[in-house]
Amino acid sequence: MLTGIPILSILVALPLVAAIIAMFQSANGARWTALIATLVSLALGVLLWIDFDPSGPQWQFVESFPIGGGISWAMGIDGIALLLIELTLFLMPICIGASWRAIEKRVPEYMAAFLLMQSLMIGVFTAQDLLLFYIFFEGGLIPMYLIIGIWGGAERIKASYKFFLYTLAGSVLMLIAMLVMIWVSGTTSIPELMAYDFAPSLQWWLWLAFFASFAVKMPMWPVHTWLPDAHVQAPTAGSVILAGVLLKMGGYGFIRFSLPMFPEASNEFIPFVYILSGIAVVVTSLIALAQHDMKKLIAYSSVAHMAFVTFGLFAFNQQGIEGAMIVMLSHGLVSGALFLCVGVIYDRLHTREISRYGGLADNMPKYALLFMVFTMASVGLPGTSGFVGEFLSLVGTYAVSSWAGIVATTGIILGAAYMLYLYWRICYGKLVHADAAAMKDLDAREMWLLAPIAAAVMWMGVYPESFMRPMRADIGRLLERVERAKPAGDAHLTAGKPAPAPAAHAETPVAEAH
Amino acid sequence: MNFAPILPEIILTIGAIVLMMVAAFLGKRGSSLCSWASVALLLGAVATLGGEPQHGGVLFGGQLVADGFGAFGKLVIYLCAAVAIVMAHNWFERDFEHAAEYPVLVLLAAVGMSVMVSSTSLVTLYVGVELNSLAAYVLASYRRTDDRSAEAGLKYFVLGALASGIMLYGISLLYGFTGTVQFDGVAAAFMRDGTESIGLLFGLVFLLAGLAFKISAVPFHMWTPDVYEGAPTPVTAFFASAPKVAAVLLGVRVCLDALGPAMDAWRQIMTFAALASIFLGAIAAYGQTNIKRLLAYSSINNVGFALIGLVAGGPQGASSVLFYMAVYVVMTLGAFLCVQRMKGEDGEYVEAIDSLAGLSQTRPGLAFALAIFMFSLAGIPPMFGFWPKLMVFNAAVSEGLIALAVAGILGTVIGAYYYLRIVKVMYFDAPAGQPYARGVNALETAMIFVFAVIVSPLGYLLIGPLGELTGRAAGSIF
Repeated sequence: MLTGIPILSILVALPLVAAIIAMFQSANGARWTALIATLVSLALGVLLWIDFDPSGPQWQFVESFPIGGGISWAMGIDGIALLLIELTLFLMPICIGASWRAIEKRVPEYMAAFLLMQSLMIGVFTAQDLLLFYIFFEGGLIPMYLIIGIWGGAERIKASYKFFLYTLAGSVLMLIAMLVMIWVSGTTSIPELMAYDFAPSLQWWLWLAFFASFAVKMPMWPVHTWLPDAHVQAPTAGSVILAGVLLKMGGYGFIRFSLPMFPEASNEFIPFVYILSGIAVVVTSLIALAQHDMKKLIAYSSVAHMAFVTFGLFAFNQQGIEGAMIVMLSHGLVSGALFLCVGVIYDRLHTREISRYGGLADNMPKYALLFMVFTMASVGLPGTSGFVGEFLSLVGTYAVSSWAGIVATTGIILGAAYMLYLYWRICYGKLVHADAAAMKDLDAREMWLLAPIAAAVMWMGVYPESFMRPMRADIGRLLERVERAKPAGDAHLTAGKPAPAPAAHAETPVAEAH
Repeated sequence: MNFAPILPEIILTIGAIVLMMVAAFLGKRGSSLCSWASVALLLGAVATLGGEPQHGGVLFGGQLVADGFGAFGKLVIYLCAAVAIVMAHNWFERDFEHAAEYPVLVLLAAVGMSVMVSSTSLVTLYVGVELNSLAAYVLASYRRTDDRSAEAGLKYFVLGALASGIMLYGISLLYGFTGTVQFDGVAAAFMRDGTESIGLLFGLVFLLAGLAFKISAVPFHMWTPDVYEGAPTPVTAFFASAPKVAAVLLGVRVCLDALGPAMDAWRQIMTFAALASIFLGAIAAYGQTNIKRLLAYSSINNVGFALIGLVAGGPQGASSVLFYMAVYVVMTLGAFLCVQRMKGEDGEYVEAIDSLAGLSQTRPGLAFALAIFMFSLAGIPPMFGFWPKLMVFNAAVSEGLIALAVAGILGTVIGAYYYLRIVKVMYFDAPAGQPYARGVNALETAMIFVFAVIVSPLGYLLIGPLGELTGRAAGSIF
């Protein structure tokens, strides 16, 4: 259906054009422009998903146009990128909707910044040229810097600087590593580099340089400190995009670059990654437990959840990597939704202080229900998306290291503790504050924002196959690629020797057939 | 004698002399005529660069060379000079007594720079540098009734004369120990004696010290902030662009041609100068409250990056330097054009960074353009300023100088802070004080627009053509 149409370029260009149009419009015009542009992009995204052939070639919708100077406009996606693109396209209209009334000043610029952000995020997931990837990857800093700095909270300026400089400092080393890779291999094409074997001693340095960038972006403990600040200060929609998509770039980077390009080094660094992830799970969960600010709590929970991603990815097995991908998608939806839930009550009371709420289940039943769904998804209750991802990721981790599996599992328990504690403090108990008691329940717009995410979370929890099918072949190829560096693992799984089935039992169906 | 290869210089020299007469007789009334005639002369000189001036080869017994490298430098220099004249035309008050002589001085400086980029002998090198410098000293103190401008001119002159003296001393040492002033002769002497000869080594160090002053590389940068702050804004824009290009290109030619065999010797010096410039330029800019001083440190910082390409050497390194300088002048001229718009309703120019507060609300177009220039100068993708930085780092990596590239790129992170500060003041802060007067000059607005488009992501379309041009130009000196 989409053959011959440069659909990926259109997905990058469409929001860009809309951003320029939005800049020259009134506040309302800009809102509608942004909404229409994101909805059209979403529609194109649906077509893209339908047209994507899970059993087809690895790279689909490929485009390539040399710009000169060794860089080319090369685009193409595999199943992994496809799902992250869908996540982005799904969250964008919701972000625009969430900002509909919350943002009142400088609306055209705000909408333009968001549309620019969308364009760059899609670019990150579609780029097939190393340098083009870097340009999109770093380019996202500018609109996010403006979003936090202009429309953020009281401490916005510090948070915006911290966000920008932290991520920039992480990424510049990656650029040098990329130049070294181009110099050694003579190509900038990501698919070719994914099949290129770098010398293990060189891999070691390259891996570290890439790790510096992705670990900050992810974020991993101890370079996560920019995240709580950025989340707390950013406007609601900014937090949604930050948690929903920007953090996924780190995981995407590991899966696209670190693992296939440097398998030996990745193997060597497994203990390092696992120790950092283990600390992240326990420490940030405990920190989350002690927060008084809702957004900060969810921000720390993000760091803990992202540790499941790194655990899963560096397990080098099917369950681990699939689990990591599902955790990324699930966390994108769930944390985005949780930030929206915070935004809903923040818009009414203008405080994020948890103790200022309480008993909202009485006066805001719809809100309490949806908030409950997302809380449970964040906890990882079976039937929600969180369970699928975390379970698979833990299974994969356990196969590599029992200790890592045990530490990671405590994250689930702690996660349940801080999320339920949060929910209890917000929704249960008595309505002690008069202003909180006077808050109205969700209006139609807010329902439209939260209900689709709830549906997606349930879908992913009940029938994850829809999301695993497009990426299964690609994860298979990745596993084939890293097979030679696969860690032995301490689980020593052996196939069981089931006793032969009793004869009578085997005959039953035959008897029925008569 | 074939004069076709130096046609651009002849056009500019004769034009400058004629216009000087015009200025003398018409006085202030001639200012418009002189300005536009000078711009026309510069554009005419650009038009002649295509043929003989690019392929003429060695001229006048090895004093000058007409090659692609020089022609590329002249192209950039003439265009910068033309922009500086257009900028100044509105900057000087209509009744400024010497407005007509300003373009003449710029023309003479341009001739000096032409000689710099095409010299192949230490003597023409010195003559070119001095011709440019003498015009520049006068330009810096052009508003002689203004204390800061006079101070700028005097500082520039005293320190510049000292640097010239050091350079001349280095030249005399090289001449004494090699017996020739020709670049190829010097190179042959270095090939023969190596850097064992203490005289040659001293000559090299002094020559490079003088050049480092001209490009304001650390540790010879101290004049830059004062001169940039004190000089009239169009003059500062001119200083930050054309002479910098000329001096950097001259440095490339001297290092790769005359001092080519002594690469190990100058590489250490240039590595130090590059990294020191990057870091000092980035760190010293933190506390600045004056936008012109800030841009002075920015230019020190940027020269450091260009020097990384020089340290890499080879055709790739040289071409990355040319590319870097070409994009750098667009960014820096654009930034100064925006600075020139910082003018109160009373016609007084404002230079305080604080006065930019809330510019995005009062003057969104101007703020947007300046933000593009700032992000581009910081080298943040997707702005085009990222690409030249990438090219110099790529050249360094290809030569195996990975530690240098890593150190340099960490400097960009430090430098990003102060560029971000400008964006923060314009976009995050609330408007304070009175807004600037509206700019009415359509030509300047058009230039800001064009420069902003060039350094925006659309600039990436230039990678192909500009890359080919710089590649060919750099190839001509090997």
